[in-house]
Amino acid sequence: MGLKIIVLAKQVPDTRNVGKDAMKADGTVNRAALAAIFNPEDLNALEQALRLKDKYKGTTVTLLTMGPGRAADIIREGLFRGADDGYLLSDRAFAGSDTLATSYTLSCAIKKIKDFDLIIAGRQAIDGDTAQVGPQVAEKLNLPQVTYVEEVLKAEKGKITIKRRLERGVETVEAPLPSVITVNSSAPSCRPRAAKLLMKYKHARTMSERQSQAEDYIDLSADRPYLNIQEWSVNDVETDAQWLGLTGSPTKVKTIENVVFQAKESKILTASDKEIDELVKELMLNHTIG
Amino acid sequence: MANFFTDNPDLLFHLQHPLMKKIVALKERNFADKDQFDYAPMDFEDAMDSYEKVLEIVGEICGDIVAPNAEGVDAEGPKIVNNEVIYAKGTQENLDALVKAGLMGITLPRKYEGLNFPIVPYIMAADIVSRADAGFVNIWGLQDCAETINEFADDDQKTRFLPRISNGETAAMDLTEPDAGSDLQAVQLKATFNEKDGKWYLNGVKRFITNGDGHVSLVLARSEAGTSDGRGLSMFIYDRSEKAVTIRRIENKMGIKGSPTCELVFKDAPAELVGDRKMGLIKYVMALMNGARLGIGAQSVGLSEAAYREAVSYAEERKQFGKSIIEFPAVYEMLATMKAKLDASRTLLYETSRYVDVYKSYMHLSEERALTKEERNDMKTYQRLADFFTPLLKGMTSEYCNQLAYDSLQIHGGSGFMKDYPIERIYRDARITTIYEGTTQLQVVAAIRGVSTAAYLNRIREFEAMPLQPELHSYRRTLIGMTEEYEKAVKQVLDVKDNEYLDFHARRLVEMAGHIIMGYLLLLDTERNENFRTSTEIYIRMGRSENKARAEFISNFTIDDLGFYKANA
Repeated sequence: MGLKIIVLAKQVPDTRNVGKDAMKADGTVNRAALAAIFNPEDLNALEQALRLKDKYKGTTVTLLTMGPGRAADIIREGLFRGADDGYLLSDRAFAGSDTLATSYTLSCAIKKIKDFDLIIAGRQAIDGDTAQVGPQVAEKLNLPQVTYVEEVLKAEKGKITIKRRLERGVETVEAPLPSVITVNSSAPSCRPRAAKLLMKYKHARTMSERQSQAEDYIDLSADRPYLNIQEWSVNDVETDAQWLGLTGSPTKVKTIENVVFQAKESKILTASDKEIDELVKELMLNHTIG
Repeated sequence: MANFFTDNPDLLFHLQHPLMKKIVALKERNFADKDQFDYAPMDFEDAMDSYEKVLEIVGEICGDIVAPNAEGVDAEGPKIVNNEVIYAKGTQENLDALVKAGLMGITLPRKYEGLNFPIVPYIMAADIVSRADAGFVNIWGLQDCAETINEFADDDQKTRFLPRISNGETAAMDLTEPDAGSDLQAVQLKATFNEKDGKWYLNGVKRFITNGDGHVSLVLARSEAGTSDGRGLSMFIYDRSEKAVTIRRIENKMGIKGSPTCELVFKDAPAELVGDRKMGLIKYVMALMNGARLGIGAQSVGLSEAAYREAVSYAEERKQFGKSIIEFPAVYEMLATMKAKLDASRTLLYETSRYVDVYKSYMHLSEERALTKEERNDMKTYQRLADFFTPLLKGMTSEYCNQLAYDSLQIHGGSGFMKDYPIERIYRDARITTIYEGTTQLQVVAAIRGVSTAAYLNRIREFEAMPLQPELHSYRRTLIGMTEEYEKAVKQVLDVKDNEYLDFHARRLVEMAGHIIMGYLLLLDTERNENFRTSTEIYIRMGRSENKARAEFISNFTIDDLGFYKANA
């Protein structure tokens, strides 16, 4: 039985190779100075999806990404590795989104895609390091979520069995489908791009790319529909403008400081309301949040 | 996050040679495949773009997976478990990545699920893989065998075996035996035809077989009982799934330790005849060997690249007497000469690959339609060039690669002698390149005909006539002077009319031709890209003095002087 899988992926600045000009004076990331890459843990997520596709005949893998026009590269990179299709959410109205606005927009797009069994995302992106988008998408879609996924063992009969990598060991859990799972970097690396898929899909373009690029092979897509990358603007997805983009983003960056971690010990809490409550109070007291 | 293709712009430069237009046209034949295969190119630019993008995949896999695995593979090596070769863990990872990326049947036609790439990008991939791990390229590069099957096997065999290679099965070429190394005419492994079931059966021993447990093996065997020379040998395909071969042992080698070198015992092993009986050595092995020698050329260039890079990075980092050792003349001269030899090797590699590409494409074209007279002549010209350039390439680049490995280790000083730096492995891996697929001495035996028939000289004259910007004319004048000196030396040797005398000086003459040819190729590269200027300068400078020494040696050498060498040997 085939699954319908949506992989959430983000194009990020390559913060692993940071030069002097990586940050602008105002504390924001200088995206022009950093190469745009497929967020590494989203590649781990894609690999889990592709493994399910290898295992369950008829499975399809759809990529969903939000970003500027050039983020279409993410869809192409996915197609080169074995994804079936992809959607790019791109609109000025989405610009400046924090994790809340991003997960809102993504969840609206997923509602439009409608038919799916599993959503897989990377644990976090290397530009923001929040690990919030996957869980927030799950909440907004009212779906169960499993985080820190290292391996999907099986996805059969409406259930998914998963190995999670936790601080002190490995946990195997089961969840109903559909669900949202987020994958760790300790999961297997993504397979390389495949030569034949690369040659098949290298001319895949979004509508805006076709309009803006004076390139050959534009007519190809008429005979080869798989070369059309779906591009959705704010008009294509049912949304409420107040939750979008900058307006929908309560996060404000006040300052950025260099922090050197010194304390090595960690504190382990149980999931009880009391301990969480105490932690929140403690963090508010020392102005970590507030 | 290294990419061994994009971090080396010289590769793209060689990929984009003007002759590629002709090669792609011959290989893609009006781009007819595009209506049948979704991955076939639309036109020349599209094809070239595909080669480049696929090489980026090769570069990424080599930088991120194959190179980091090389040390572990060298230490672990393959082993035999239940009569099966188990690769080192890293080897298997490398192979899995390249198989998943679909990089196994690179030159095979699309109808056999290959990529239908020319030889040039395939050899470039081999160059890249060799830089990452020269031992691994032996396993991956045995896809050459598929090319031989594609050339000589029947359609049924091609349909059964080639897609298996394209989809990731490995191959082997089983030629050498305990008493048949350089002299393959002495092969004894027996092939017997059983009239009852109409099948061939193989019995005997093969030794030094790279990847001997590959899925598909090409085996040279004696099919004509009672014969004792090359005319009694035929070529067979053996399929591992027959399980009729015992892997007696894996050799414990000095280098390329990840590559399993096997001793095989064939016992009533069913096999299929390839092509015609008695043509095994005379025709098919010659083709197979020429392909393999081109591969060793690529392996040598990749190793040279690795040796040079290790040397530069060490010489920049290492400080003695208050400065980086790269600042000392004794060190920078070594590095500069290494770079010149590397660039010379690489340009010869791709020049030769292009010759092979043109004539093989014609050959495959001739299976579909009769060639015009013009095309037939063109094919012959390029085949001749390929035949003479292949041994020159294999001989010169493998010797250079050893010189580079030696000098790179020397620059590392005592540290290079330790296992702490990759150069120690590179040095060991390089050593085999001048030995297998025909020693340098045997390459000279093949190449000397290029000297005596004036094939090299004619090509040199063509290089001489190629357009050149005025600033580069002085290099050409030097090369013309070297050519005159070479002609004189050749005449001196041939005039003696003695084969032993010719054999004695053969390597000197071949190397003289090699220096001139590589000098011209570098000069023509500089015409297209100024970056090759310094290598051209240094290489021609070196070649000129090397040739002078050889000319001097020959001009003071009479046939009687051979006696000293026989007495002293």
